[in-house]
Amino acid sequence: MSHIGRPVCAHCGAPSTTRFCCTGCEGAHALVQGLGLDAFYRRREGAGGQLKPLDAPSADFASLARAGKGGTQTLELMVAGLTCGACIWLVEQALAAEPDVLRARANLSTRRLCVSWQGEAARGNELAALVARLGFRVAPFSPACLRASEDAEGRELTRALGIASFGTMNVMLVSVAVWAGSDMGPDTRHMMHWLAALIGLPTIAYAGMPLFRSAWRGLRAGRLNMDCAVSLGILATAAMSLSETIRNGEFTWFDGATALLALMLAGRVLDRAARRRARQSAAELLALQEGAVTVLGEAHPVPLERVKPGACILVASGERLRLDAVLEEDVALLDTAATTGESLPRHFARGEALAAGGVNMGAPFVARVTVAAGDGSLAAMGRMLEQAEQARGRYTSLADRAARIYVPVAHVVALCTFLGWWLLAGLPWQAALVPAVAALIITCPCGLAIAVPAVQVVASGALFRRGVLLSSPTGLERLASADHVVLDKTGTLTEGRPRLLPGGWTEADLGLAAALAAASRHPLARALARACPDVPPAAGVVEVPGAGLVLGETRLGSAAFLGLPEDAGMSLYLARPGAAPVAFRFEDSLRADAAATIQAFRRAGLGVELLSGDAPEVVARIAAEAGITLFTARATPEAKAARIAALTAQGRRVLMVGDGINDAAALAAAHVSAAPAEGTDLAQAASDFVLMGGGLLPLAEAVERARHAQRAARQNIAFAFGYNIIALPVAVAGFATPLIAALVMATSSLAVIANALRVGR
Amino acid sequence: MESLVWLIPLTLFLGGVGLWAFIWAMRSGQYDDLDGAAARILFDDDLKKGG
Repeated sequence: MSHIGRPVCAHCGAPSTTRFCCTGCEGAHALVQGLGLDAFYRRREGAGGQLKPLDAPSADFASLARAGKGGTQTLELMVAGLTCGACIWLVEQALAAEPDVLRARANLSTRRLCVSWQGEAARGNELAALVARLGFRVAPFSPACLRASEDAEGRELTRALGIASFGTMNVMLVSVAVWAGSDMGPDTRHMMHWLAALIGLPTIAYAGMPLFRSAWRGLRAGRLNMDCAVSLGILATAAMSLSETIRNGEFTWFDGATALLALMLAGRVLDRAARRRARQSAAELLALQEGAVTVLGEAHPVPLERVKPGACILVASGERLRLDAVLEEDVALLDTAATTGESLPRHFARGEALAAGGVNMGAPFVARVTVAAGDGSLAAMGRMLEQAEQARGRYTSLADRAARIYVPVAHVVALCTFLGWWLLAGLPWQAALVPAVAALIITCPCGLAIAVPAVQVVASGALFRRGVLLSSPTGLERLASADHVVLDKTGTLTEGRPRLLPGGWTEADLGLAAALAAASRHPLARALARACPDVPPAAGVVEVPGAGLVLGETRLGSAAFLGLPEDAGMSLYLARPGAAPVAFRFEDSLRADAAATIQAFRRAGLGVELLSGDAPEVVARIAAEAGITLFTARATPEAKAARIAALTAQGRRVLMVGDGINDAAALAAAHVSAAPAEGTDLAQAASDFVLMGGGLLPLAEAVERARHAQRAARQNIAFAFGYNIIALPVAVAGFATPLIAALVMATSSLAVIANALRVGR
Repeated sequence: MESLVWLIPLTLFLGGVGLWAFIWAMRSGQYDDLDGAAARILFDDDLKKGG
C-alpha cells in the first residue's frame, strides 16, 4: 500500500513519517497481528486515514444487549468505517477470536454488526471497545438506523417485482405462441388465452397492490397521480383481456398488462434503493453524534432520553451539551456557534441558563438539567421543523405535473375511441372495448412514469459518489430551480473549528507549544497540535482543567492562567522563564474551497448571500474573503427564517446552506436546503442534501448536475409524449395488436433509460 | 399439439420452482447485504463462527 517517497501509517494508511501515525494505530496494529489477522492489510482497498482509532465509545452498550436462551446475549451495533470486504472480515474474525463469542456477523450494506456471546451483558462494552480499538467507530444501532435499513415497503416492492417478472415471462411465453402460431386452431388459441389469464390475473392482483394502493391514496386526497393512470390502464387491460378470453377473441393483452406492471415496479425498486443508501448514510452520521450523557451518581453514561430534570450532568471539555440546563459551576466557556452563530466562545456565570447545542470549550463543568430531552429547546425545534417539512411536502414534482395534464387527456381519448367504435361504427361493445383499451395501454405513461425515476436514480447515484447525499424525493428538482443561495457562516462557509493564525511566534515556539498541547483534548490545544503534527508529545505535562498546561517551568494556557490581560479573541499563551509570553491566536477560518464555491454558484447564475448570527466585523471580513457582497450579521434564528420568507415572497427560490440549530428554521423554510455532515443533527434533518467529505464545492457542482438531470427528465417526458402522439392514432384506428403495443412499450422505455444514463457521466 | 398437454404443466412447474426459489431467497435474507455478499465470496479461508 505504501508509495515510495510517501510513507503511510502501517495501520490506517494516513500519511505519516513514522511507521505509525499515532499510538492508537500502533495498538491497533499490534492487536491485529496478535490475532493473526494481518491478511487484512493485504486485502483491504484504499480508504487511507479512515481507520484511526480515536476515542473509546462513550455509550453504555451493556444495557442495550438482549438476553437470549441459555445465558446468551446479543448486541447490535452500527459500525462506521466498514468500507470493504476486508473490513467485515477483520471485525468478524477479531470478535470470533474471543472465546465466549458465539457469532459475529457484519452487514456491509447497512453497517450493522450483530454479535452474540455467552455470559454477562457487561461484556458488550468490552466487545464494542475491541471493535473501536481496531479503528472502527461504533454506536448503538439506533431506531433511526433501523428505520433506514429495515424497509418493509421496499421488501414488499421487491417481492411484487419478482412476482410480476415471473408472471410477465410466463404470459409472454404463451402470447408469443399465439402471435407466432398462425396455424393454431381457435380451440388451442382459446386454451392459450385461458392459460394466460390463469397466470396474468393473479399476478396483477398480487403484484399490482403497491400501485393500486398509491393510486387510491391519491384519489382520496383528490389528486390524479401517475399511479392512477397506470392502475386504470392495467385494470382496464386485464378486464378487456378477460372479456376477449371469454368470447374467444383473436388477441388478449395480458402480456402488456403484466409487462407494464413489472416495468413500473422496477422503476420504483431502483428509486428506493438509491434513496435508501442516502438515508442510511444520514442515519449513520446521526448515530455517531448521539452520545450518552454522564450523569453524576450513575456508574455508566445514561441515554439522553432517560435523563430527568434536576439531574446533574458532567459536560467534558469539547463535549456538546445536549440538554437545556443551568450552570452549577462558577464559570464555563461555551461555543454557542450552533445555537447563535457566534464564532467566539462565550463565558457563562453560575446560575445562567445554558441552551442545548453549545460545545464546552473550557474546563469540564457540572450543570443541572432543567427540562427532559423530549420537552427541551431541541425537541421544540424538531417539532417546528416537522411542520415546515409538511408544508414543503406539498411541492408537486415534474412527473406529477405532467401526469395532471396527460392522464385526463389519455382517458378522454380512450373513452372517445370506445364511444366512437360502439355508437358510430356500430361494433358490439366488447369489440369496441379492444381499440379503446389498446389506446389506453399504448398511451399508458410508462415512458413518462419511468422517465423521472430513471433520471433520479442515475443522478442521485452520481451525487452520492461525490459526497452529496440526497434525502428528499423532490430535492433534486428543487435544487435545479434554485436561483439564490443563502449561506450560514460558522461551520458552513468556515470550517467551524479553530485554526492557528500567523503571528509573532517562531517555529521553535510553535514546536514547544505543540508538544505541550498534544497532551490535551481542549479544542484550542488540538488546533495547535494540528498546526504542527510532527512534534512528539512532551512527557510529564500536567493539565490544569480549563486553564492550561504545565511542564516544569513552561506554561501554556489562557491569558488568565498566565496572569496576562484578558483579550477578546481565541488565543493561547506560552510562557517560559526568562522570555516574554508568546501569543498564539486562532480563528475559525474559511473553508479551502469556499471562494471557488461562491464563484461556481455565481457562474451557475445564483445570487449569493451570507446570513450569520455573528458579530458584524467578523462577518464582513469573512464575506470579503469569500467574495460575497451581500451579508447580514447578528441574525437571530427568527431573522434568518424571516429573510428566507422575504426572499421567497420576492419570487426567489432560495437554496439555504447551514449547519447550526439556529439555521434549522431557515433550512426548513427555504425552497431547498443543504447541511454539512459535521453540522448538527437538527440541521441535517431539516435539509434535502447532506454534504459529506468536508467541502462545499460538490454542492455547487450538484446544482449543475441537478439542472442537467432536470433537462434530461424534460427530454424524457417530451419523448414519451411524442412517442404516444405517433402511436395513439394507430391504436384508435384499431390497428394496434398486442405485439405492436409490446414493441412500443419496450422501445420507448429503453430510449428513456438510455437518455437517463447520460446524466451519470 | 398433443405435446402441449405435458409441456405446459412442465413450463408452469419450472416457473413455479423459480418463483419459490426467489421467495425463499428473499425470506432468508439473501438480499439483505448485497455488497457484503460480493466481498465474502473472496475469503478463501474458513470463517470462524461467522454464520
